Amino acid sequence: MDKRIIAAGTAEAENRFRRVGKRVPKLDAWEKVSGRTQYIHDLKLPNMLHARILYSKYPHARIIHIDPSRAEKLPGVKAVITGYNTPEIRIGFLNDNPVLKKDKVRQYRDEVAAVAAVDPDVAAEALELIRVEYEELPAVFDPGEAMAEGAPLVHAKKGTNVLNLPWQFSAGDVEAARENSAFVVEETYRLTWVTHCCLGTAGCVADFHPNGNLTVYTPTQIRFLAQRDFMKVFDALGLRGKKVNVVQVKAGGAFGSKLDTYPYEYITILLSYYTGRPVKLVFTREEEFFATPGRQPAIIKIAQGCTAGGQLTFRDVKMILDNGAYTSWGATTPTVMVMPVSSLYKVPNIRYEATCVYTNNIYCTAMRGYGNPQITFAIESQIDTLAEMAGIDPLEFRLINANTPGEVTPQKFQVTSCGLKECLEAVRAGIGWDEKKGRGGGRGVGVAALLHVGGGARIYRSDGCGVILKMDDFGKVTVLTGATDMGQGSETVIAQIVAEELGVKVTDVTVVNSSTDTETWDVGAHASRTTFVAGNAALRAARQAKEKILAAAARILKHDAADLYLEGEQIRSFSQPGVRLELAKLLRQMHFAGGGQVVVADYFYDPPTEMLDRNMSGNLSAAYTYGAHGVEVEVDRETGQVKILNYVCAIDAGRAINPMLLEGQLEGGVAMGIGYALMEELKLSNGKVLNPNFLDYRLPTSLDVPKVQSVIVETDDSEGPFGAKGIGEPPAVAAAPAIANAVYDAVGVRLRELPMTPEKILAAIEDKS
Amino acid sequence: MMFHQITLTVNGSLFTVMVAPGDTLLEVLREKLGLTGTKKGCDTGDCGACTVLFDGRPVPSCLVLARAAHGKEVWTVEGLSGDPGFRRLQENFVNRGAVQCGFCTPGMLVAAFVLLRTTPRPTEEEVREAISGNLCRCTGYQKIVEAVLAAAAIPEGSRGPDQLSEGGDPANG
Repeated sequence: MDKRIIAAGTAEAENRFRRVGKRVPKLDAWEKVSGRTQYIHDLKLPNMLHARILYSKYPHARIIHIDPSRAEKLPGVKAVITGYNTPEIRIGFLNDNPVLKKDKVRQYRDEVAAVAAVDPDVAAEALELIRVEYEELPAVFDPGEAMAEGAPLVHAKKGTNVLNLPWQFSAGDVEAARENSAFVVEETYRLTWVTHCCLGTAGCVADFHPNGNLTVYTPTQIRFLAQRDFMKVFDALGLRGKKVNVVQVKAGGAFGSKLDTYPYEYITILLSYYTGRPVKLVFTREEEFFATPGRQPAIIKIAQGCTAGGQLTFRDVKMILDNGAYTSWGATTPTVMVMPVSSLYKVPNIRYEATCVYTNNIYCTAMRGYGNPQITFAIESQIDTLAEMAGIDPLEFRLINANTPGEVTPQKFQVTSCGLKECLEAVRAGIGWDEKKGRGGGRGVGVAALLHVGGGARIYRSDGCGVILKMDDFGKVTVLTGATDMGQGSETVIAQIVAEELGVKVTDVTVVNSSTDTETWDVGAHASRTTFVAGNAALRAARQAKEKILAAAARILKHDAADLYLEGEQIRSFSQPGVRLELAKLLRQMHFAGGGQVVVADYFYDPPTEMLDRNMSGNLSAAYTYGAHGVEVEVDRETGQVKILNYVCAIDAGRAINPMLLEGQLEGGVAMGIGYALMEELKLSNGKVLNPNFLDYRLPTSLDVPKVQSVIVETDDSEGPFGAKGIGEPPAVAAAPAIANAVYDAVGVRLRELPMTPEKILAAIEDKS
Repeated sequence: MMFHQITLTVNGSLFTVMVAPGDTLLEVLREKLGLTGTKKGCDTGDCGACTVLFDGRPVPSCLVLARAAHGKEVWTVEGLSGDPGFRRLQENFVNRGAVQCGFCTPGMLVAAFVLLRTTPRPTEEEVREAISGNLCRCTGYQKIVEAVLAAAAIPEGSRGPDQLSEGGDPANG
């Protein structure tokens, strides 16, 4: 088996833990292999209606008139809504996106009308009966053209297509550093649209109750922020004092796609309000492709320099982001992109500027890495060029500049644990770097490093997670967590952490993330934060529960509490092995004795971090995750095909709470990264998605993804739960530059655009010769 | 709209249902019989999430018109869960981390089940080929391939090699 754990900086014995560090199967896996798990597609409520949405036929047009009358008369249709017969609800963090468009459409996927009917087929038929009269307007699809004087304005009232989001960071003196550098490289990298391709399409069920309260069933990653968002509907409808309950449905994949709320959810809610019945809306695959915001494209102008000895001197980045017609989280990816710009390697002088521009293209949101895959492609591809100029092996070059524990970066990140050097050495060993580098003959090796937040990210005023822990009369534990499991296995990780602390079986811990009614607040499943933040919250609640239990045991046993501990569902004594009390028995005694007591604990953990200041500086995360990807490829000079022969993904995880699930994140993230590098592209022509299906948008299959060597580096982070850091996104971050560097090593061509298709590689080979 | 009556065997039981001309087998299974273990991922036969055993072959049920299922025998994840060979696959998927979001899992299990019936000791390449029509966005396929190979390595009639099976706990202090 190609599985290794490198303990980098921990002296403790491997056997320190009994549940943490073990390959515990996911707690919900049996439900899933039995076909019992209920996804949104499977959810049925009594008397439920089905909704479909009518989208714009133009990328930019004035709506002259909408006539829903024929649709309304179709038997089985219960409501037809448009921007003209509903109150306006604007969403997106800049409030620029009306959920039903009125007066004007700004992209092909704009929601113009929606229908609720007795079944989905009737709803679809009704859409064809809605007549919309448009007057087409000049549109703009290129962000450069959108910035030019006289360009068509996507939002006329704003007077410009440039968003008022001046993302800027600087440290040191870039111009002086450039002057004093021995080598400087300046290039432009271009990244296009890709999308999440969740196997389960998006959808929700909205249920407005007779009392005016609202329940929304949704596979969201942010049920508490969604709860706040959905309350906009009450304001719009003039309802006072009502409540939203967001019910968490198991996600058939998420990867950032469910990190915001979207028009389809509000439309479903409105349809439920107007019909007084539960309404379900589920995207078709085609809608999933064109109506789910994808990963943010970017044009990245980047320059870096180094000394003759290979020490990085400066990094200068100027980016333009095509925001599309509306603002979701895609526009905020520069807040993450600045992180590797400022803090991947020791670079004293930094300048960073990102501009987001409205166009009539589709808009974008979060997708695994949140901008990091785009910027790391540019940084890490260019590092290889710089290393070559300096005459230094690219892996050595990275080691010269590698971050180290205890460092404070130019962006004021306080690096606590850092296993970057160990990750790079793991790539060297796993790839056979020293033997294989520069051998040519169509084969090549490449490496790329990465940095991501590993201890939450304070991008919202709270980065907290609430937890309530309770124990029943039989020693079983229920953990109500605000965190969301999207399939990555955070429920199991939380159960392991709690079981470790309470000395019970992992399977005796039930982790519940069901609804905003039930659990306490959490900011959401993003920023690779759940193990770290929700894990810390659960650990602290478990500690409180343990203290209550041991205090009660001390009274009953007439024994010093400090000499007692929990293990094997028992209270045991360190000094007297004969002293034992069954945990379940103790819990019942506590419960049923006079003045009864039950064990309940709660905790709200908000990591000790700072929001970025006006210069985008501050200690954003309580820990930072480093890693390195290494790859060996074979490039066919005749066809341009890239075959991956070997892949190493080494991540500094702090501590592997569950090595099996961690490997699953590494292997799955790498597969997504390989798709981004070599295959995937959402093709747009004048704002229209041309390939909204799995035949034309090729997702990696079992034949495209190689066996990945997962290397877990453990640096035992001081703030992490049992030393763990977040790792959800890093495996998807550095695949593209590692592969690009390997392609260069193999055939000597440098690709600065993704995906690196055979056609592009072949063209580059021909250009060179 | 003209409705037709069809009769088919699903998971060993006979069902008679009325179907419209455009209805697919997938819709019959999910909407009329309530067998939601079979998933709709694309409705165009490209993702494999709706794979069922159809007269002994793995078929994307979204491509089978309901009327073409008349008189046929269909097995889905719900019915196959009683089969010892399917159970071994399920155990290995669970114990070896082959499940993340789980949406592709039922179709993936059916594809793997058919492979092991025809090729009881497949190579890794054969496993990768057999599941190449089943898309997974979470796992990178590696643990799925390992699980299928591990299930194939178990002698008939024995329980899995792992002690971490259902309800198991590798570290029960």
